[in-house]
Amino acid sequence: MNSHTSPAIELRGASKTFRTPSGGLHTAVRDLDLTVGRGEFVAVVGPTGCGKSTTLTLVSGLEEPTEGDVLVAGEPVRGIGDKVGFVFQQDAVFPWRTVLSNVMAGPRFRGVPKAEARERAREWLARVGLGAFEDRYPHQLSGGQRKRVALAATFVNDPEILLMDEPFSALDVQTRALMSDELLDLWSGTGASVVFVTHDLEESIALADKVVVMTAGPATVKEVFAIDLPRPRRVESVRLEPRFLEIYREIWSSLGEEVRITRERGAAHAA
Amino acid sequence: MPPETAIAPAGAAKPDPAGSRTQARARAARNHKLLVYGARILLLVGLLGLWEGLARADVIDPFNFSMPSKIWDQITQWALNGTPQGTLVEQIWYTLYEALLGWVIGVLAGVVLGIALGRIRFLADVLGPYIKVLNALPRIVLAPIFLIWFGLGPASKVASAVVLVFFPVFFNAFQGAREVDRNLVANSRILGASNRQVTLQVVIPSATSWIFTSLHVSFGFALIGAIVGEYIGATKGLGLLVSASQGTFNAAGVYAAMVILAVVALLAEGLLAFLEKRLFRWKPDDTGEAR
Repeated sequence: MNSHTSPAIELRGASKTFRTPSGGLHTAVRDLDLTVGRGEFVAVVGPTGCGKSTTLTLVSGLEEPTEGDVLVAGEPVRGIGDKVGFVFQQDAVFPWRTVLSNVMAGPRFRGVPKAEARERAREWLARVGLGAFEDRYPHQLSGGQRKRVALAATFVNDPEILLMDEPFSALDVQTRALMSDELLDLWSGTGASVVFVTHDLEESIALADKVVVMTAGPATVKEVFAIDLPRPRRVESVRLEPRFLEIYREIWSSLGEEVRITRERGAAHAA
Repeated sequence: MPPETAIAPAGAAKPDPAGSRTQARARAARNHKLLVYGARILLLVGLLGLWEGLARADVIDPFNFSMPSKIWDQITQWALNGTPQGTLVEQIWYTLYEALLGWVIGVLAGVVLGIALGRIRFLADVLGPYIKVLNALPRIVLAPIFLIWFGLGPASKVASAVVLVFFPVFFNAFQGAREVDRNLVANSRILGASNRQVTLQVVIPSATSWIFTSLHVSFGFALIGAIVGEYIGATKGLGLLVSASQGTFNAAGVYAAMVILAVVALLAEGLLAFLEKRLFRWKPDDTGEAR
């Protein structure tokens, strides 16, 4: 009933503590409050290894919070919901399946008949520009093409919530800009809410409506910045605009401090 | 084609050395291959010749050590006139049948249990120690027990092949199921896969390369199981041929049975490699056309 008025994602005081192999306790996120509106594109930036990815696994239902609540469409998350799509940092395509079969996997898992699944998969493959590659195996594709397969495999399920964990970090700079533009195109038609985790501030500003800066681990929200750059955006051109630089400077003054703290800790560990 | 160079004579001469260089490289590769094959054959001929020569010169006792020509005579004689137990083909077929049946049963049991224990933590915790104990046992000593249980027929040989095959396959399948890329599992669960679908469509396919490595080794084990079983007591088979030859102090017979076994094992290995190539088309291979 309240699922039409409540925000797409809501984290209230969420914490996650892991048991480390050596028997100690490691707190990845602590006391996290975050709200993502419907159709909103939120980028989460923070120093490397601060626990940004954990936030995504909590929202996806892969992990449960140790404390606090995680709500999706107003309902507490229990297990993996069917509204969620997740694009991982590493290639998570099935190497023994062809490109087409990879994209068909989601609908097939969910019990869609084969013919319909194939049709939908072909449609999304065409949209990511891989229509001619459907019989290839993942090892025959470039890194960027594999990422496109992963995007198509995610979008084919029509997710209402799209979680992305540094999806483009393994790509070279040019491919990355291209993929960011494509992501914006694909997303603009769906109305999905996006949480995009990255450590690249430029990428986050170019893509998002809202940038959330996390503290050095254990992660919690430090500051939230609204990005008022007009859409549609082109990643390569938007970052040359004066307003972009202003925003960048403003957010960096907040993020830079956390990066410095993380770096000092790393140095202390190394010493 | 190399780009045109400013100096005409050099430019005119250019394509030629480049072409001859690739030719020379190809020739060198071919020569190397020939050299390797040549050396292999020479080594074999040399060793067999040495054996034959030493035996004929009575430096080594031909009665105990036999000689290649006698072994060859034995093989042809078996092939043409049959063995004391029946035709040679029948003996080969018996051993192969026992080994194959034992192999299939052992592999199936190993894969199913390995995957099950790899996926279900509770099962692994409960059964783990028992499997370790059974594995620590030198399983070949079970062959006489199987002979008592199942008699002289093929069943006892199949049983000893099964126990030899089961463990390597089981441990590899178990490890394979444990080492599945966690990302891949997480991704398929997000895409909507149930536990069963994860097992059947993610865990098993990614464990196949682990399982296949054990299949190669385990076919050899299946042959060992069948042969040892036959050696201890049987009515037919290559192992019986070995023990019968030994019983009549026929050294050539023992060697001849060994040669036949080696050929059979090599053929089986080749077949397995062929199947593997078909099954793993999705894998990048270093010689392939991919990329």
